[in-house]
Amino acid sequence: MHPAPSVIIFTALSGLGFGMMVYFGLGFLDVSGWVAFTFVAIAYALAGGGLLSSLFHLGHPERFVKALRQWRSSWLSREGILSIVTMGVFGIYALMWIFMDVRNPALGSLAAALSVLTIFSTSMIYAQMKSVPRWHTPMTSVLYLLYAFAGGALMTAQMVLAGWLMLALAVAQIVTWVQGDGAFAKTGSDMGTATGLGFLGKVRLLEKPHSGTNYLMKEMIHVIGRKHILKLRIIALGLGSLIPAILLLAVDAGHMMALVVILIHLVGLFAQRWLFFAEAEHVVGLYYGQR
Amino acid sequence: MTTLPQSTQKKLGLAIDLDTCVGCHACVISCKEWNTSNYGAPLSDMDAYGAEPVGTFLNRVHTFEVKQENKPAQVTHFPKSCLHCEDAPCVTVCPTGASYKRSEDGIVLVNESDCIGCGLCAWSCPYGAREMDAAEGVMKKCTLCVDRIYNENIPEEDRVPSCVRTCPAGARHFGDFADPNSNVSILSAERGGMELMPEQGTNPVNRYLPPRPKTDVEQIDILAPLLERQPEETGGFLGWLDRTLEKL
Repeated sequence: MHPAPSVIIFTALSGLGFGMMVYFGLGFLDVSGWVAFTFVAIAYALAGGGLLSSLFHLGHPERFVKALRQWRSSWLSREGILSIVTMGVFGIYALMWIFMDVRNPALGSLAAALSVLTIFSTSMIYAQMKSVPRWHTPMTSVLYLLYAFAGGALMTAQMVLAGWLMLALAVAQIVTWVQGDGAFAKTGSDMGTATGLGFLGKVRLLEKPHSGTNYLMKEMIHVIGRKHILKLRIIALGLGSLIPAILLLAVDAGHMMALVVILIHLVGLFAQRWLFFAEAEHVVGLYYGQR
Repeated sequence: MTTLPQSTQKKLGLAIDLDTCVGCHACVISCKEWNTSNYGAPLSDMDAYGAEPVGTFLNRVHTFEVKQENKPAQVTHFPKSCLHCEDAPCVTVCPTGASYKRSEDGIVLVNESDCIGCGLCAWSCPYGAREMDAAEGVMKKCTLCVDRIYNENIPEEDRVPSCVRTCPAGARHFGDFADPNSNVSILSAERGGMELMPEQGTNPVNRYLPPRPKTDVEQIDILAPLLERQPEETGGFLGWLDRTLEKL
C-alpha cells in the first residue's frame, strides 16, 4: 500500500494524543493549572492535528461531515464520531481540571474509555481489510493500542509504566512481523485463484492492460520502498520501543531524558507506520503480476 | 445506507467468455466513451499526451499466460470490471453512504455527490474494480451501464452495457443471475462459470467462463525434420506408377 504522509501522520499522532487522554482521564499525572493546561494542549494538538492531517487524504475534504453517517457498518465513520465525542467529553473533564482543579473520576473514566475505543476503531479501519492480508489480523489492533498506551504513558511522564509497555510493544511488534510475513500465503490467494485459470497450470502476466501506470498500481502496489525493509524494521523496533524501554527502565529519567526518549520514540513510530503501509501487500497486485 | 441489502430481486451481471475473448480492448474503449459522457463525473486522463499518461478506466483487459510443464503455453485475455458482489466489502466500508448496492437489481453504485474520496472502498476491493478519478476526487466504478439498460430513449438492442454491445467476438453476456433460465445463468451452468478469488468471501455475481484446454500435442522428435523422408508404400495405380518410375 502507498505510504501516504497524511495517513502516517494521522495514525501516529492521533494515536499518541488519544493515548495521553487515557492516562489523564484515569487520573495520572498530578499537576494543575498552567502545567495541566500545557499537557492538555499537547494532547489536543496531537489528536486534533492527526485528524486534520487525515482530511488531506480526501478527494473532497469539505464533505467530511457526511462521513459521520454510516456508523452502523463503517469503521471509518465510527472513528470519526468517536474521536469527536471523545474530544468533547475530555474537553469538559480538562476544563474542570484546569480551571476548577477538579478531576471528576466518572467523566475521566468515560473519556479514557472513549479514547481507547477511538484508537481501536482507527486500527479497525485497517484490520477489517481482507484484501490486505498483512493488516487483516487482531494484531493490528493490539499494535495500535500498545503504541498509544506506551507513547501516552511516556508523554504523561509515567516512566516505569511506559518502560514496561514499550517492552510489551517490542514483543508484539516482532510477533506481528513474523505473522505478517506469512499472511499473504495463508489466504490461499494467488494468480490462479485471482484469474480462475489455476486449473490450467501456472499463471503469469503476459501483458499489463496498459503501458503506463494507474490509480490501483500507485495506491495498492508499492514496491519501491521495500528493498530497505530489514534496516527499517531495525530502526522501527530499536527506536520505536526497544531503546526507549531500556532507557526508561535502566536509567533514572529526568525531564531532559524524557524529552530525548520521546523524540527517539517518535522517529521509531513514524518508521513503523511507514512500514505498516509500505509492507502491506494488496491482493489486487496479483492481477499485475506484482505484490 | 451502506449496509448491504438482505437479498436483491435481480442479480444483474456479466458472463465473460475467456475462451472467446480475443483481447482487442474494444470493451475498454467503448466503456470509457460511454461512461465519460454519461452517468456522473467524466473519466479523466492526466498528462494524456505527455510522457506518463494515466487515466480512469472502469474496465481493463489483462493478458495472462498459463503453462503446464512440458506443454505449450496458453494465452488468455482477461477483461476485468466490477463483479457487483453480493457481499460487497466496498459498500460496508463507506463512511458516507455514497457507496451502495441496489436492492432491486444488485448493481453496486456510487452517489458521487456524497463521496468524500477517502479511497477506502478501493482498498477493500480485492479485484481492483474501483478507481479514484484524479480530476474529480470521487470514486468511479462500473455502473453496469445503468443509464443504458433501462433507457427507453435508445433502441432496444442497445439496452445492454456498452462493453457487451460492442464486443466483436461476442465474449460478453449480460443478464440476470437470479433467474436460473436467463442467458447468463444457462451459459454459466453449461460452461462451469467461475468466481474470482472465492476465498475473499465477496460472493461476486459476474462469472468467467473458462477457456477450453488446448488439445495435447504429441511429442515430436526434434530431429525428425532432418531425417530423410521414407516414401510410404502405396498400392493401386499410384503404387504401380511409383514402382515403375523407380525402375527406370
